[in-house]
Amino acid sequence: MSQELFVVAYEGDDDSGSLLDYAIARATKEGAALHIVHVLEWSPYSFLTPQEVEERHARRKEELARAKSAIIDPAIDKASAAGVTASGEMRYGQVVELIAEIATAKSAAMIFVGRSGSNSMAARVFGSVPLGLAQIAPVPTVIVP
Amino acid sequence: MKRVTTSAAALAGMALTAAPAAAQGIDETINQVFSDYTGWYVGLIFANLPGTNFSWIALWLVVAAVIFTVYFSAIQLRGFGHSIALVKGDYSDPEDAGEVSHFQALATALSGTVGLGNIAGVAVAVGIGGPGATFWMIIAGLFGMATKFTECTLGVKYRNEYADGHVSGGPMYYITKGFKERGLPGGKVLAVIFCIFTILGALGGGNMFQANQAHAQLAGVVGDYPGWITGVILAVVTFVVIVGGIKSIARVTEKVVPFMGIFYVLVSLVILIMNYDMILWAFGQIFAGAFTGLGVAGGFTGALIQGFRRAAFSNEAGIGSAAIAHSAVKTKEPITEGYVALLEPFIDTVVICTMTALVIVITGVLNVDPDTGLYVWDEAAGRITTADGSSGVQLTSAAFASVFSWFPYMLAIAVVLFAFSTMISWSYYGLKAWTYLFGESRGSEVTFKVIFCLFIVIGAAASLGPVIDFSDAMLFSMAIVNIIALYLLMPIVKAELAHYISRLKSGEIRKFR
Repeated sequence: MSQELFVVAYEGDDDSGSLLDYAIARATKEGAALHIVHVLEWSPYSFLTPQEVEERHARRKEELARAKSAIIDPAIDKASAAGVTASGEMRYGQVVELIAEIATAKSAAMIFVGRSGSNSMAARVFGSVPLGLAQIAPVPTVIVP
Repeated sequence: MKRVTTSAAALAGMALTAAPAAAQGIDETINQVFSDYTGWYVGLIFANLPGTNFSWIALWLVVAAVIFTVYFSAIQLRGFGHSIALVKGDYSDPEDAGEVSHFQALATALSGTVGLGNIAGVAVAVGIGGPGATFWMIIAGLFGMATKFTECTLGVKYRNEYADGHVSGGPMYYITKGFKERGLPGGKVLAVIFCIFTILGALGGGNMFQANQAHAQLAGVVGDYPGWITGVILAVVTFVVIVGGIKSIARVTEKVVPFMGIFYVLVSLVILIMNYDMILWAFGQIFAGAFTGLGVAGGFTGALIQGFRRAAFSNEAGIGSAAIAHSAVKTKEPITEGYVALLEPFIDTVVICTMTALVIVITGVLNVDPDTGLYVWDEAAGRITTADGSSGVQLTSAAFASVFSWFPYMLAIAVVLFAFSTMISWSYYGLKAWTYLFGESRGSEVTFKVIFCLFIVIGAAASLGPVIDFSDAMLFSMAIVNIIALYLLMPIVKAELAHYISRLKSGEIRKFR
């Protein structure tokens, strides 16, 4: 049987450390590989000024480079150092939809997501990432406090 | 930069310390100087064809729109569904997420065009040309869709993409590159002429007209006060955004403006629904007025000229500004942006302008002679007399206020925001033309932006007549150059279109969702 894959919805902020640690620990125990995903929130229906439109392509390149060097690469390094096979990707769009989509596409066994932010008023009204995943996740999902 | 800031502050200080009584004098002086220096050019642009009272420039735009419509076999009709699919993102590669989407390019371009033209411009058109002007405005809007299709396709095809990823496009680029590609002479000269007109158009229609009408609306709500005060305030805020780079203000405006637009259409619809029994009558007035004038000076041609003028001023088809706005979209197929752009005149003119016109006609703010059924013409003012004597944006305001008394306050906010977002857009179009001429250095950019802000004050202080005429003259001048280029380059667009449609049919270009 091929190796199981866990998808990690990784924000890369201060609270994400425990999420990554937990995912690494579980992957080690199960002999699974990790796929660390960082989503840059983006809507194709938002409004931009002409100046922002002009600079968008350049900004996107910068944002992707920054996310790779500051968020994804260190996370992959951390997992690799712990002996876990890890890959990563950055995507633009809605976090919940994309994580569910990637989990399906990669036939992942599980999704790991941080609880962060789900206490805020906005999260209660509009729904947070863990709440959204609870509704549409295609595979078992672990919410890490 | 420091010197510039200091002199701007000094100017604002000077203006603020001036006594209000003296300010009225300043307004009048600006007016006089303005008329004296720009009057001859305005006269030239709006000169009538020999032996008629039909201005050659209106004919120029409409003939172009009709030619493009025929040349591209009514692309605005047969391509409408595909345009919607593109805006919805059906054909957008998910790998390109995070780039400028078709929707965003359309929304940004629209925020530069939807605005005062739709509110004040329509009132001017209906006030002078009668309800019949609406009919010609809609016709011009429908044909104008083909013009927009042509110019925006070229805008994307010949844009400059720089190493750092930023993009510059617009008529000046397709004129130089396209002419070279086709072996045509004079591309560089035409591009320079276009840029000069764009800079003046940005200062006129994209700036002074906006400031002028924003002031008119504010004064209508809070009582009359000198225009330069509105001008200085607007200039300072614009200065902070475009020179200071305070993007948050611009971003807030960009977000609020679309909702204002939707709200405006909804309120119009409510008024129409409340007067549902008069809708047929209003359309009757529009059709009858279109061919007889219903008492307006110049009759049928008076209505036609006003309708065409205002449509062009409102949706900017053929002017070339949209080609600048649309050129940064992420697409491998320039023609897709043409498809998307053709929705602009539809939304702007066929939907929003028509709403304003219907509300003005239905609410009866234009005076009708009960005996003849004709509109009462005021010879001295050169327009139809109105219930409260107002014109321009105040006429629209009065029309809405006759149903909802709170509307003028709402409209004042909307007008100022629309004016502001249009100014931000046009400061960008003007800047692109300016940097094409003078290079993309920081110093050259700041110089233009400061000049732009100074013209806001002039626009707010001058009276409606000279400003509106100068604005139109500059925008139409852009159209003279741009449309010449479009005629010469339209075979390129046709080849692009044929190639694209064949791949669409073969399934090579497919939907992603």
